[in-house]
Amino acid sequence: MAYSDKVLDHYKNPRNVGSMDKSSPDVGTGMVGAPECGDVMKLQVKVNAETGVIEDAKFKTFGCGSAIASSSLATEWLKGRTVDQALEIKNTDIVNELSLPPVKIHCSVLAEDAIKAAISDYKKKHKSVSTESVAVG
Amino acid sequence: MKLPIYLDNHATTRTDPRVFDAMKPYFLDVFGNAASRNHSFGWEAEDAVEKARKQIADLIGATAKEIVFTSGATESDNLALKGVAEMYAERGNHIITQVTEHKAVLDCCKRLEKDGVRVTYLPVRQDGLIDLDQLRDAITDKTILISIMYANNEIGVVQPIREIGKIAKEKGVLLHTDAVQAVGKIPVNVISDNIDLLSLSGHKYYAPKGVGALYVRRRNPRVQITAQMDGGGHERGMRSGTLNVPAIVGLGAASEIARNEMIEETKRLRYLRDKLKDKLMRELDEVYINGSMEHRLPHNLNISFAYVEGESLLMGINDIAVSSGSACTSATLEPSYVLKALGAGDDLAHSSIRFGIGRFNTEDEVDYVAQKVIDVVQKLRELSPLYEMAKEGVDLSKVSWTAH
Repeated sequence: MAYSDKVLDHYKNPRNVGSMDKSSPDVGTGMVGAPECGDVMKLQVKVNAETGVIEDAKFKTFGCGSAIASSSLATEWLKGRTVDQALEIKNTDIVNELSLPPVKIHCSVLAEDAIKAAISDYKKKHKSVSTESVAVG
Repeated sequence: MKLPIYLDNHATTRTDPRVFDAMKPYFLDVFGNAASRNHSFGWEAEDAVEKARKQIADLIGATAKEIVFTSGATESDNLALKGVAEMYAERGNHIITQVTEHKAVLDCCKRLEKDGVRVTYLPVRQDGLIDLDQLRDAITDKTILISIMYANNEIGVVQPIREIGKIAKEKGVLLHTDAVQAVGKIPVNVISDNIDLLSLSGHKYYAPKGVGALYVRRRNPRVQITAQMDGGGHERGMRSGTLNVPAIVGLGAASEIARNEMIEETKRLRYLRDKLKDKLMRELDEVYINGSMEHRLPHNLNISFAYVEGESLLMGINDIAVSSGSACTSATLEPSYVLKALGAGDDLAHSSIRFGIGRFNTEDEVDYVAQKVIDVVQKLRELSPLYEMAKEGVDLSKVSWTAH
């Protein structure tokens, strides 16, 4: 199967690989997937409590090249967005940007789920500042 | 060194140039039909076929008359299983095989089950070998055939065929073995191994694709099979169809080369395989070999890299042609049934690679492959949340994952 140039680029040079302290109040962590399904994504956001803007995002992914690219792309898009804007990222945006074939759409779904899970984790830590409830993906 | 490097010699091998040279005259000059009895074109073709038959027989300790040419091992397996089931239907209707057979055997068995044959699928132990006591216990007075492969195509483990043959003989049951991965690679002898039927394939040992053979024992006991294809009654009535003379000549030449060079070649391939294995295991942690290392083909290595996903690993080593135990190309993930039969977890099955070293691989290539795999595994582990958790001491089997 041929990978798109963008998938190959993210695979070869993944952006924002790493981990942040998940116990920090500013950090939201989302972990989705399962090893026996062949992919697990961990996505973390560091949010400025004053502005609600995501200042940093990190990921680690166990999965195929498309899963790695989807989560790498997600971290790029998250930085600079507010928490609520982050939730507007849809899996179809990732599919379009990376030109994912149909068999790899589940990778983009997983990335969207990881974003939601990370934001939800952050909001749980900041119940007082959050006014809306978020569904976990 | 030329890239990409071919290290998938269990899938197929390059035709040996010496084999190719031997075949050449049989396309343009000696093009006769080996069944033509009335002219020299036919006689010469027949001579070539009979020479090849002898070369193949010599490789496996058989006599020439016991070799039936086929299109390859899938056909040989079909002919052996269905041919025996049909011929010996009055004597019994029970076949014993094992779960890690090639699909050519397993799917034949499934077809036969639909026709009323009872099939026992023996499990394998963690090392990939069957338990001989379980085999003995599975035999009933209705058992007509045991079909156990000589060496496995994925994990390369070599079954104790000689002991299995003894048990079969003792119980008066026929033994068929799919020896595709073993013939031409390790010593196979139908007499000392007590084999009654044996499938082999040319393209697994440097002959071209599309040619193979079935050995059918003629003495002690005389084995009979019902033909599965109707036609001109070629190959003593067991397999009709005009013989593929050039390919058969190639199969003969490849058999002779294998017989002459096996000892030296085995030594060289084992050295390269062990070098690859030792380097990977020295420089990487959490690497697991699938199947017995002791009872294994000298040129096979099947190895799992924990916390790394197979497809991303293959993507990182895309200048190396190998095969993965993971078929993760669709939403329905299906790791190798062979690795699952060993009891390997799905996660380890997903991260396995099969290396098959062959006659044309060099030491430089193997060194390059080892280093490349190490680099990619290390890079992917940097990316892997599972590796990070394992290093933190988290028991991954106790985590409640959000399966999707």
